[in-house]
Amino acid sequence: MSEARYTRLSGLEPLVITPETLFVNVGERTNVTGSARFRKLIKEDRYDEAVEVARQQVESGAQILDVNMDEGLLDSEAAMVKFLRLIAAEPDIARIPVMVDSSKWSVIEAGLKCLQGKGVVNSISLKEGEEKFLDEARKIMRYGAATVVMAFDEKGQADTVARRLEICTRSYELLTRGLGFPPEDIIFDSNIFPIGTGIEEHADNAVNFIEAARELKKRFPYSHVSGGVSNVSFSFRGNNTVRDAIHSVFLYHAIKAGMDMGIVNAGAMPIYDDLDPELRERVEDVVLNRRPDATERLMEIAEKHKGGTREQDNGNALAWRELPVAKRLEHALVHGIDQYVVEDTEEVRKTTTRTLDVIEGPLMDGMNVVGDLFGAGKMFLPQVVKSARVMKKAVAYLLPFMEEEKMKSGDAGKTNGKIVMATVKGDVHDIGKNIVGVVLACNNFEVVDLGVMVPAQKILDTAIAEHADMIGVSGLITPSLEEMAHVAREMKRQNFTIPLLIGGATTSRAHTAIKIEPNYESACVWVKDASRAVGVAQSLVSKALVDDFLAKVRAEYAEVRERHKNRGPAKRLVSLDAARANGARPDFKDYAPPAPKQAGLTVFDDIPLADLLPMIDWTPFFQAWELHGRYPAILEDKIVGAQAMELFDDARAMLDKVVKEKWLRARAVIGFWPASRVGDDIEISLPALQWEGRGGDGVEDQETRVMLHHLRQQADKPAERPNLCLADFVAPRDSGVQDWIGGFAVTAGLGIEPHLERFKRDNDDYSAIILKALADRLAEALAEWMHREVRTKYWGYAAGESLDNEALIAEKYRGIRPAPGYPACPDHTEKTTLFRLLDATGNTGIELTEGFSMYPAASVSGWYFSHPDSRYFVVGKLTQDQVRDYAKRKGWTLAEAERWLSVNLDYDPD
Amino acid sequence: MNNLPWLHRERVEQLEAALAERILVLDGAMGTMLQGHALDEAGYRGERFAHGCDTRHSHGHHGEHATPQGCQRDLKGDNDLLSLTRPDIIREIHVAYLDAGADMVETNTFNSTSISQADYALQHLVHELNREGAHLARAACDAAEARAPDRPRFAIGVLGPTSRTASLSPDVNNPGFRNVDFDELEAAYAEATRGLVEGGVDVVMVETIFDTLNAKAALAGVARVFDEIGGRLPIMISGTITDRSGRTLSGQTAEAFWYSVAHARPLSVGLNCALGAKDLREHVEALARIADCAVSAHPNAGLPNELGGYDETPEQMAGTLGGFARDGLLNIVGGCCGTTPRHIAAIASAVRGVPPRTWKRARDIAA
Repeated sequence: MSEARYTRLSGLEPLVITPETLFVNVGERTNVTGSARFRKLIKEDRYDEAVEVARQQVESGAQILDVNMDEGLLDSEAAMVKFLRLIAAEPDIARIPVMVDSSKWSVIEAGLKCLQGKGVVNSISLKEGEEKFLDEARKIMRYGAATVVMAFDEKGQADTVARRLEICTRSYELLTRGLGFPPEDIIFDSNIFPIGTGIEEHADNAVNFIEAARELKKRFPYSHVSGGVSNVSFSFRGNNTVRDAIHSVFLYHAIKAGMDMGIVNAGAMPIYDDLDPELRERVEDVVLNRRPDATERLMEIAEKHKGGTREQDNGNALAWRELPVAKRLEHALVHGIDQYVVEDTEEVRKTTTRTLDVIEGPLMDGMNVVGDLFGAGKMFLPQVVKSARVMKKAVAYLLPFMEEEKMKSGDAGKTNGKIVMATVKGDVHDIGKNIVGVVLACNNFEVVDLGVMVPAQKILDTAIAEHADMIGVSGLITPSLEEMAHVAREMKRQNFTIPLLIGGATTSRAHTAIKIEPNYESACVWVKDASRAVGVAQSLVSKALVDDFLAKVRAEYAEVRERHKNRGPAKRLVSLDAARANGARPDFKDYAPPAPKQAGLTVFDDIPLADLLPMIDWTPFFQAWELHGRYPAILEDKIVGAQAMELFDDARAMLDKVVKEKWLRARAVIGFWPASRVGDDIEISLPALQWEGRGGDGVEDQETRVMLHHLRQQADKPAERPNLCLADFVAPRDSGVQDWIGGFAVTAGLGIEPHLERFKRDNDDYSAIILKALADRLAEALAEWMHREVRTKYWGYAAGESLDNEALIAEKYRGIRPAPGYPACPDHTEKTTLFRLLDATGNTGIELTEGFSMYPAASVSGWYFSHPDSRYFVVGKLTQDQVRDYAKRKGWTLAEAERWLSVNLDYDPD
Repeated sequence: MNNLPWLHRERVEQLEAALAERILVLDGAMGTMLQGHALDEAGYRGERFAHGCDTRHSHGHHGEHATPQGCQRDLKGDNDLLSLTRPDIIREIHVAYLDAGADMVETNTFNSTSISQADYALQHLVHELNREGAHLARAACDAAEARAPDRPRFAIGVLGPTSRTASLSPDVNNPGFRNVDFDELEAAYAEATRGLVEGGVDVVMVETIFDTLNAKAALAGVARVFDEIGGRLPIMISGTITDRSGRTLSGQTAEAFWYSVAHARPLSVGLNCALGAKDLREHVEALARIADCAVSAHPNAGLPNELGGYDETPEQMAGTLGGFARDGLLNIVGGCCGTTPRHIAAIASAVRGVPPRTWKRARDIAA
């Protein structure tokens, strides 16, 4: 009667269960007793992937997340705490309430202590008597949670309607009258038992549950009725089609009766009406126990439905060819099929008087469908890029006709708008930028792509010459951020007014707001990823939208700046001295650093690509396409799995050719040098001849000393967690211990250009982007391969190491290979020293750009450390005392240091 | 705990009667007022800590072998310590707010938990800080009531957020890491609450809640103390929406926040700090819509300016909060950072005569 009696749960966001809610899905896959895969992930300590399981549950519609860690060999309490803390850090998961599921109270209590929201306990019962039941309920009230109450008492589990009602009613009375427990925080689980088992006593299991649900809801309207749904179909294990049909039919009836919550595999449930009528009827016979031979009759057809749907699909594969031509074009665009596009385009062209109408009519209509589906999250990037390939093919076919017409009439087509795009000076990374270009082109924007390493002036001159409506700049390495700010400054100085779009992996809303927009107030917009590009570009060219859009963006950035200015000491930093005092002190007394088996430089001129294949880490390949999830699980992902699989097939087919036809050449150079730690630097000594750059320092012993400069973490950490600096992993000079350091530069991108040219000529961005992403993967695989060679042979300190690829990716070996410009050593300029030590350009053909980006882009370089304690870390934010100290060591002015380390500064320079 | 008797039954009745009748006025900022005194290190230390160590503690019941405490670190900035070293200043601030029209004054105990006092190595003072903080606030209320016996005044025992968060990792690279857990927080809050109760507060307020899990631990700690003493006090709960994202620091919306703490059956729920009144409005509205208890708001005097100061004038702030009141959103109103007795006087006058928000109490026992 009173609306105040709704169940109100919360994660980061509220979940209010009202009569209109009908049914609350509780995600069941994050349960070690119910999911073999989740159990394996937890047991193997693969929590990252376990968190992904939770994410999938939320994405496929779970409104509450059931978490269960009851496994004999696990420390269930610790696992529960660890997992809940990890998902608390994921806002898209933490937004829904958690159901802490365990048969052990201690695990439930440990879980409740991790929930900031109001969650649900699963479960308590009268199994061990009233005292324990009430004691636990009292604690649940104190922690602030709802609870599932199992229909279980001192005599056992309820299986008839009467016993269910008896136990639930007694529990309810004890809770509400005895403790004042809110009735809306009670959820009855009155036990779902299997049906279709062939045992006669089980035939009424579903019916009994449903009848009990009806009565419970009537007696206790504010409470809820729930249960573990997959139990009901237990006897049909192995036949998911039938199991899902049973769940669907069971829920259909149970929900009508009053069941309003259930632990289900969110997302896998077919719709009752969509079930095959024959299957539905026979399932219904079993669920409702309508005839004695119901189970046999379901068994009869169960096999048939095991693989039924797939055959049907194949039969209809070409049915779309029967559609009218405009629909055929739409189908081809949406599904990325280019096989028939030329003939279909020609068919439309013959019926129109103006060729442009073909583009502006059916082709753009089709692309609009693609755009809508993409915008709604129903299509993914690889599909969109494939759609673009079909579109480009159609347009390429039409071009000659249009040229001819234009000669006659002087009429030109109208696009949405024109954008000049470039990867900024000093940077060679363009996969993301190319994807954005394709997506914009799909949406009828004219894209002028200037490629990579483009100086600011060239971008601006092109924008003027082309009458561009906007400029888009991209970059991946941190120095590019400064270059983007420079582009903005130049735009202001040269009186530009068109919008500047900022994108790329290291860019951010905060950086754009704080460092770029103040240089060019006209319009700066940060574009998070390709999926946002179209919306932003369309808002900017729309007369109706642009003012509001820009006003909103400006206000948002102004606020970011304001917040930044007023930011409190969110993460406290300690002084450089204090950080040094808390540095890592690996043991060098009882430890003899291994000497390399082969000192000096070793060059590898043509490494067989086939050797690298097993070492490829595919996960980032999918990330490049904005398909998120880990390989290989991503191939079975409910949402992106099909797309990921298709992309993977295409990529492997191309990879085959790359290897067989030797499209790419892999080269590498490695070197090892005697080294010692001096403060936060590492001093290398080597024969003067190997170092053309600087003589003089060590003339007396014919040695040259070279300093490698490193930075130290300044986060405020307890003593047991040191403030790390890479130099810590090398023996200090005064220890008298002889230590070593290594360096490497590898590339797998040599020879890529002719192939990219070829794809460009064929209007095949899809293949071009795949090839670039593959080259990146091969380069990373090569770095991994080289590191293994180094550990087992060239440095040779781990000769007996044997690890599979998964273990390699998880970095389970001794020693690290941090790369300058990345978190452990964020200063990109150190690559100069590395390249000179290795003569990397001479030995491998990799060039360093002025922004310290490597060309070919598919290259990796870095240092080798061998100490068993050495590990990767993030240097993070720096205070001015360290930046000043670092500048002194590097021979820079403070301003130079602040420019190169700009993203690491914890303060605003000047 | 809901069934425990009230510890000060008469005062609770006075409070509930007052709440039914009008919008009650809470005081303003303590820190802002202290800044005006520009105390230096010696000013903070007073006599008791003048020689570096806590003279009382090292010669106290721990005997002569006890480690001298409170020596190592600068104590400047430990505002709560002033309840012991400069009670005259704290008393004066309470009086100023009561004179300005506040019905409720908050104790000077925002950081008086062992977790926050650890920054000054003064954990051993926690009980004393809370007890003395409570004494000062209650004594000021008694004096005001003596002057105007028909108007009860209430001492609100403040439990601040502490310097740590139980649901956020301080280490970005290790999202599962925590530097404090529920049990530690619960124990720290229970310790502080014992001092507040002993010092005689009328109400306990968990305030400036960045992280709801901290608040839940605080509420559990408070409940534990009530169990120990066999009586309870009304509880006020006030969260903090950190920025215009409309979320707490730990990511909750105002609505989710209320559902997470409603089990404590508080006297009031509300929001304070971080935002000015204008930006806080939609979130207070959200609470006013759903909470089955009183609703409070004590915002900052606007957003901080470039120098970290607050610019909203008493008139501006009172104008905005007067609007809250007229729209029926409020039962309790006051100020947080940057507010002064002048702000409180203006706010009190803006809400005078405006009827308080009414709400439907959820029925206690099932239908």
